[in-house]
Amino acid sequence: MSDTHRSGAGRHSIPPFQTFLELNRAPVYRFLVVAVGPQDADDVFQETFVAALKAYRRLTDGAKLDRWILTIASRKAIDHHRGAARRAVPSEDLPETATTDRGPLDADDPLWRAVRSLPPRQRVAVVLRHVLDRSYADIAELMASSEPTARANVHQGTKRLRELMT
Amino acid sequence: MNVQRDLKKLSPGSDAARDSRAAAQDLARRAAAEGLVDVAVATMDSPIGELTVAVTPRGLVTVAFEGEDRDVLFERLARELSPRVMEATAPTDEARRELEQYFGGDRRRFEITVDRSLIGPFAQKVLQATSEVGYGELATYGDIAGRIDRPKAARAVGSALGSNPIPIVIPCHRIVGAGGKLTGYAGGLPRKETLLRLEGSLLER
Repeated sequence: MSDTHRSGAGRHSIPPFQTFLELNRAPVYRFLVVAVGPQDADDVFQETFVAALKAYRRLTDGAKLDRWILTIASRKAIDHHRGAARRAVPSEDLPETATTDRGPLDADDPLWRAVRSLPPRQRVAVVLRHVLDRSYADIAELMASSEPTARANVHQGTKRLRELMT
Repeated sequence: MNVQRDLKKLSPGSDAARDSRAAAQDLARRAAAEGLVDVAVATMDSPIGELTVAVTPRGLVTVAFEGEDRDVLFERLARELSPRVMEATAPTDEARRELEQYFGGDRRRFEITVDRSLIGPFAQKVLQATSEVGYGELATYGDIAGRIDRPKAARAVGSALGSNPIPIVIPCHRIVGAGGKLTGYAGGLPRKETLLRLEGSLLER
């Protein structure tokens, strides 16, 4: 296994996983708290970094690992909502929400209610933009979409939040 | 409504810093249990200062003394072994237990398997011969040179011992200069003295 991480010319060496984890754990957590909700942030955090660990020995370039981990976290957040939607038993009594986390103690906070009502991709795009201050180019790359799509997701999501809050 | 400001308030950076630390510790436990950690690192207290031990699936790969730079150590482990270096205690339990027993005077021989990945070919021979010097015994650099059939290589033996990645367990502290003089130790002479006193090989001054 000693040859897989040797850095070639122009490449950044792969940092020790511990260093990578320490640098990225707080922003990833911060993203997940709003992207999937405080109740599920821990679980999705684990899934995100376990996936990173599984892929880590195959990395060949240590540059932009902050984006790499957010790409994984974004995908896990979206998968989480899709999985939750599949698991949920449809019922006419339940409020119609796009996502299913229960939220923190102040779950009735109108902003939380509004955030939970966003479709998963809009929600993730809005959080990348407004909580982590990522550029639209970054968001497009992280979410494997075009830049106009990233912009549209952020704008529609933000607009919807404003509407629900007023 | 200022969406940007209000959304940030839902997830304050200070909370994320705290909560993510706990989550990272859970991750370390889980990763170690699932075999996703190639080099597990943990620290322990000892009479010669805090020790950092690193363990791979093949065994104990290094013991580092307090004062060695943590980032340098982690980067070396990542470069030479695997980048999946993580702070995880469970895989290091056996190594730390044996070291604690040794410092408590309850262990004279280490049983833990060692991983020799960080030891070069010449140093392998030197450290193998060194491992055969028992608790409470001393040998000189020249003795070790003779035992590996390189009687003129005492100086090279000294430098191989200086690069011993697994001090204490591979007992390079038992190797002394001609006439029993305490000479160089990567961890500093006071530590060498403490270890030899513990083993009863040095009389109190």
